[in-house]
Amino acid sequence: MSNQATVPFKGTAEQEAKLLEVIAKHKDQAGALISVLHEAQDIYGYLPIEVQSIIAKGLGVTLAEVYGVVTFYTQFSLNPKGEYQISVCLGTACYVKGSGDIINKVKEILGIDVDGCTSDGKYSLTATRCIGACGLAPVMTVNDDVYGRLVVDDVPGIIAKY
Amino acid sequence: MELVRSHVLICGGTGCTSSGSQTLMDEFEAKLEENGLSKEVKVIKTGCFGLCALGPIVVVYPEGSFYSRVQKEDVEEIVKEHLLKGRIVKRLVYDETVEDDGIKSLNDVNFYKKQQRVALRNCGVINPENIEEYIAVDGYQALGKVLTEMTPAEVIDTVKKSGLRGRGGGGFPTGTKWDFASKSVNEQKYVCCNADEGDPGAFMDRSVLEGDPHSVLEAMAIAGYAIGANQGYIYIRAEYPIAVKRLQIAIDQAKEYGLLGKNIFDTGFDFDIEIRLGAGAFVCGEETALMTSIEGHRGEPRPRPPFPAVKGLWEKPTILNNVETYANIPVIINRGADWFASIGTEKSKGTKVFALGGKINNTGLVEIPMGTTLREIVEEIGGGVPNGKKFKAAQTGGPSGGCIPASLIDTPIDYDSLISIGSMMGSGGLIVMDEDNCMVDIAKFFLEFTVDESCGKCTPCRIGTRRLLEILDKITKGNGTLEDIDRLEALCYHIKNASLCGLGQTAPNPVLSTLRYFRDEYIAHVVDKKCPAGVCKALTRYSIDAEKCKGCSACSRKCPVGAISGEIKKPFVIDASKCVKCGVCMETCKFGAVVKG
Repeated sequence: MSNQATVPFKGTAEQEAKLLEVIAKHKDQAGALISVLHEAQDIYGYLPIEVQSIIAKGLGVTLAEVYGVVTFYTQFSLNPKGEYQISVCLGTACYVKGSGDIINKVKEILGIDVDGCTSDGKYSLTATRCIGACGLAPVMTVNDDVYGRLVVDDVPGIIAKY
Repeated sequence: MELVRSHVLICGGTGCTSSGSQTLMDEFEAKLEENGLSKEVKVIKTGCFGLCALGPIVVVYPEGSFYSRVQKEDVEEIVKEHLLKGRIVKRLVYDETVEDDGIKSLNDVNFYKKQQRVALRNCGVINPENIEEYIAVDGYQALGKVLTEMTPAEVIDTVKKSGLRGRGGGGFPTGTKWDFASKSVNEQKYVCCNADEGDPGAFMDRSVLEGDPHSVLEAMAIAGYAIGANQGYIYIRAEYPIAVKRLQIAIDQAKEYGLLGKNIFDTGFDFDIEIRLGAGAFVCGEETALMTSIEGHRGEPRPRPPFPAVKGLWEKPTILNNVETYANIPVIINRGADWFASIGTEKSKGTKVFALGGKINNTGLVEIPMGTTLREIVEEIGGGVPNGKKFKAAQTGGPSGGCIPASLIDTPIDYDSLISIGSMMGSGGLIVMDEDNCMVDIAKFFLEFTVDESCGKCTPCRIGTRRLLEILDKITKGNGTLEDIDRLEALCYHIKNASLCGLGQTAPNPVLSTLRYFRDEYIAHVVDKKCPAGVCKALTRYSIDAEKCKGCSACSRKCPVGAISGEIKKPFVIDASKCVKCGVCMETCKFGAVVKG
């Protein structure tokens, strides 16, 4: 994961007000940081350093502590995601059924690597661990749509839909 | 309560939801309304039925008709034929259930015949979002019994006698764990539930939480009473949105009914449960790391001792059990320790849920009595390996486990037998592999996972696993030597001995077990520079069998790099220096003339 944000921060005052509300709600709860980060990511879509600073100040912890937690967990992202988030499952069940070839095809079509985002901000690609739809393996998702029992030739058609 | 003549049960687990069960639900409601049946037939969203490969699944009672892979267009037919006229739509029912003269019971179908559902008893039976349905199947009766009739010591004794061992993988006796925590003296203690199911390919706990969340809440309250705790935490993966939602609904309903919260059953016992979301870190499945994460920090493990039963969450005595372990508790209390201990083998009591996946016909969730053999699971319950391929190995325990080769397929599945053959029970992932899977590649796959997920706190795990991966990578690229295999093996033992937590201590297992049973494949990679399964690209060569080739040129037209040339109606050849090994030629050839090896 790159630690440098690739796009300038465009947070609004409205988003900040929401975040402050979240912080106020959790402030007295023990071990609140991870819960706050989850909700902050829902508000902004990602967790740039600007958002981390607000959280650090609000919860009374150091920015280093916040940054440490953000970078430890794979769910937290320092970069914005694309409009369409493509995830290919690389859990064992999908892997033995060939999801490695599926993800390579997606990379080839979009010209991006895992955790990358196309320059127009339209698609981003992640490799996920098991999403638990092993009966449908191999599986990929585009936002909330799930595509299962895939073969490599299905990939171009699916991406073309978006 | 309203009376209806038929129930339509639709699976709302993640597998079936992914294949569109919510759409089916809406369609059923609409079509029932259209046909004036809304008052006579009730549609219910349930938890997982287990046979995920055939999802979305719809079961109609009282007949018990098991409809599989139902599409939106099929709903009208089921409503008009089955629900209106009473004629089962045979075209859509699971073909194993169809007999000449009708439909046989699900319990006689191979997939279910050898299963015994204890932890999954309510999954696919009740609506998980309605506490009254749970209460109707004896829900919260065990909690009532414990609080009003038993002392904490009696509860612990019952759990000990049942022989229940931790279902998260380690297999530590649950009663003993509770006993330790109950003996720690402290005003504040905690009960935690590990729902951070991180093994790729495992989804047992998720199915329990989605299908029967109250059983976990009830068990946690029982555990709280037994050890003297009044606060519980469920640490669950954020990747399981359906499970999180249903758990929250369940907690809210239980509080509303006075089954959680203050003064439960008027006994003066208080117990509350909070959900904490994980954020995608495999190491947080390790108990001390999980507690550090609940505390809001980087989820790094702590050295033990002190054990969590003495100093756990916020340095207070804490017990942590896995979801499936908890799901067994209410039944043990209700039906007694002896009943539970009568299932299974001498040292492994009860049942185990497995997520059956990979190269197997019936992928899904199965629950079997301990001691069932792998052969019964793969061949009878799982319906064998598809496409006429040969069973090569099964992998249990995920990145911490090992594989069981075909020669040991008659091994009984229990904690000790699996350890003795170099694998482990694990949390319950069971991935089947066939002759097309390369075992070196599988070992590399798991190491990529552990390298990614190593938290970096201790050196043997952080650096050791990376070195393992580098050696494996070298071997799969055809650059390995025999010394590399020895080095690989020696390094495995160093990592096992020196790592801080379970993640590092078990990370080398996939390598060690594949070396133990498939050493010849490693040797083929380094000595013959061949990948017998044809998976490792650098070692794969495509060529054209001149006798079979008809010279149709189909392959050369499809080849993306122009590596195939020849004259029409004469055998073509592949230029190995240009070939990128994409395999398109092999897929294209109608005569089977392209060979890989």
